[in-house]
Amino acid sequence: MNIVVCVKYVPDATADRQFESDNTVDRVGVDGLLSELDEYAVEQALQLKEKAGEGTETVVTALTIGPEKAVDAVRKALQMGADKAVHVSDEAIAGSDYVATSLVLAKAIEKIAADSGSPDVVMCGMASTDASGGVVPAMLAERLGLPQVTLASVVETQGDQVRVKRDGDTATEVIGGTMPLVLSVTDQSGEARYPSFKGIMAAKKKPLETWSLGDLGVDAGQVGLAAAWTTVEDTTARPPRTAGEIVKDEDGSGATALTEFLASKKFI
Amino acid sequence: MSEVLVLIDHVDGAVRKPTYELLTIAKRLGEPSAVFIGPAARAGGADGVTEKVKQYGAEKVYVVDDAQIKGYLVAPKAEVLQQIAAQALGNGGLAAILIPSSAEGKEIGARLAIKIESGLITDAVDVTADGVATQSVFAGNFTLTGKVTKGTPIITVKPNSAAPEESAGAGAVVEFAATISDAAKKAQIVASQPRQATGRPELTEAAIVVSGGRGTGGNFEPVEALADALGAAVGASRAAVDSGWMPHSFQVGQTGKTVSPQLYVANGISGAIQHRAGMQTSKTIVAVNKDEEAPIFELVDFGVVGDLHTVLPAATEQIVKRKG
Ligand SMILES: Cc1cc2nc3c(=O)[nH]c(=O)nc-3n(C[C@H](O)[C@H](O)[C@H](O)COP(=O)(O)OP(=O)(O)OC[C@H]3O[C@@H](n4cnc5c(N)ncnc54)[C@H](O)[C@@H]3O)c2cc1C
Ligand SMILES: Cc1cc2nc3c(=O)[nH]c(=O)nc-3n(C[C@H](O)[C@H](O)[C@H](O)COP(=O)(O)OP(=O)(O)OC[C@H]3O[C@@H](n4cnc5c(N)ncnc54)[C@H](O)[C@@H]3O)c2cc1C
Repeated sequence: MNIVVCVKYVPDATADRQFESDNTVDRVGVDGLLSELDEYAVEQALQLKEKAGEGTETVVTALTIGPEKAVDAVRKALQMGADKAVHVSDEAIAGSDYVATSLVLAKAIEKIAADSGSPDVVMCGMASTDASGGVVPAMLAERLGLPQVTLASVVETQGDQVRVKRDGDTATEVIGGTMPLVLSVTDQSGEARYPSFKGIMAAKKKPLETWSLGDLGVDAGQVGLAAAWTTVEDTTARPPRTAGEIVKDEDGSGATALTEFLASKKFI
Repeated sequence: MSEVLVLIDHVDGAVRKPTYELLTIAKRLGEPSAVFIGPAARAGGADGVTEKVKQYGAEKVYVVDDAQIKGYLVAPKAEVLQQIAAQALGNGGLAAILIPSSAEGKEIGARLAIKIESGLITDAVDVTADGVATQSVFAGNFTLTGKVTKGTPIITVKPNSAAPEESAGAGAVVEFAATISDAAKKAQIVASQPRQATGRPELTEAAIVVSGGRGTGGNFEPVEALADALGAAVGASRAAVDSGWMPHSFQVGQTGKTVSPQLYVANGISGAIQHRAGMQTSKTIVAVNKDEEAPIFELVDFGVVGDLHTVLPAATEQIVKRKG
């Protein structure tokens, strides 16, 4: 079985995230890491491999698109247990929108397929932690002509059959599909493992390739900020909220003050 | 005037409020055409979908019976919209396609963008007459404005992005027979369990949300009682959901629901960035937390440093009394 797991390198959400003067995300000035939501995807990919067992050869390839530092994202995936990694890096990609990002991912997956066999599962996170579009997996399914079994909180497989639980907006659904398919998993799908010391050491010897747009046969004019089908006109920091009144509860004074406040704002 | 397609948000033909918000926004951009993908039998009649969307300005209602496609995830709906868009483009032009920014809506928009080679903007909280969309990003710390520059703008719009405005539309019904490919029928909806009604307002639509976190210690009664006294929806932090105290559908935050109510009351919630991502744009924020250093207090208009298990029941009692 072949599994490609798409992982994104994102600025740390707990750091002071900023935009550049061209309205793109500052991906250099702020510390980055493998998107926490993509750790769940790596975990599910590894569980599929473990379930397939020793007898079947399962290869988990971690794939990322991003600047030089984004290699950290696939390194972490290798440390967790992925077998191979691909880092697509090309200055022309900077500022890409959903459409271009999904194009480059699809082309990279096609190249992985040509080099080492078609993926049975293209695994994704539910959304990135920076832009949190939650749309790239569906776009990948559309581009690759694969079924999409997305936003899974529980994943079950039997041979090439996949069943997942999806907490929809108005219903909880069970979605079924047959491999090959695009699968995305939520943060309810089960805690991701930490890299072990052994895993960290082993990762250093695992194959890691860096590809440019040229390697993928993608014309630089199709991607990046200038080619985007959407444009950002302006980014503004939200004004900080003005400091509110904070009272200490003593012998029930808190409840009274709270009630007074709610009444003064006409919520009662 | 060009058409603006609005995908109707509904459950078995019961139209949900975001539909009216989208129609209100659509009127700014062109002539609203509502798209109903659902049981055709629910389209007509005094209580039907057509009557409802007409009142909010739908000039046209495309009715697509979903009997053949309701068993499949996302892909068929994208094909339906692609075909309606092609027809509208051929008629008088198509100014935009507005889709509710639900998980499903965003995925429909994603596939549609690739199909019709158009740009996609997700999670808009406002759209102006000239198609400029506003997004609230980075946990609500930044506001971003942007536009689609290629093809027909596809914009997914969050709940509460506009106050629904009634205005009579013609509501001309167009029964649309879509052709769905076999490829779109590969992800099957094997079973579906509708969410149980809570008897409280819908979390994403509520004017007031009262939430509880790890600090409840698993006892949500004080939170729920305060919510009921205020006529509010109940929310929860991920810690409360992960502990199994509340279902995931109650979760507020980055990987739960985004809410932007008039009043948000956070109880026993520390205020992690991922929780803020779901509530930071609320009009008024109140917190009850026993730790005066809790980061949630940086956001509040009013805060009580105290034990929620004593503060909430006492406040609830006073509120109920005042309401008489
Ligand atoms: C605040 C903000 C708002 C934006 N809004 C828009 C918009 O409205 N329209 C638009 O076209 N673009 C928008 N963008 C650009 C968009 O974020 C980028 O194109 C981004 O590369 C992909 O979107 P995402 O991170 O939201 O992916 P998501 O759709 O949230 O990602 C889901 C999954 O796809 C995979 N994936 C995504 N990106 C990569 C990657 N680089 N490498 C490997 N796997 C990946 C991962 O598995 C991930 O979990 C926005 C960017 C920002 C920062
Ligand atoms: C990728 C990712 C996505 C995430 N998505 C979400 C999300 O969508 N939503 C979300 O909420 N979190 C999310 N989180 C988790 C988030 O980081 C926090 O862990 C979580 O919000 C903490 O929940 P809490 O505030 O209830 O618990 P804690 O942080 O443990 O805070 C509990 C608070 O309760 C107070 N307290 C304790 N006892 C009492 C009492 N008797 N009376 C009053 N106060 C009391 C404490 O002082 C403390 O401040 C996400 C994390 C990651 C990494």
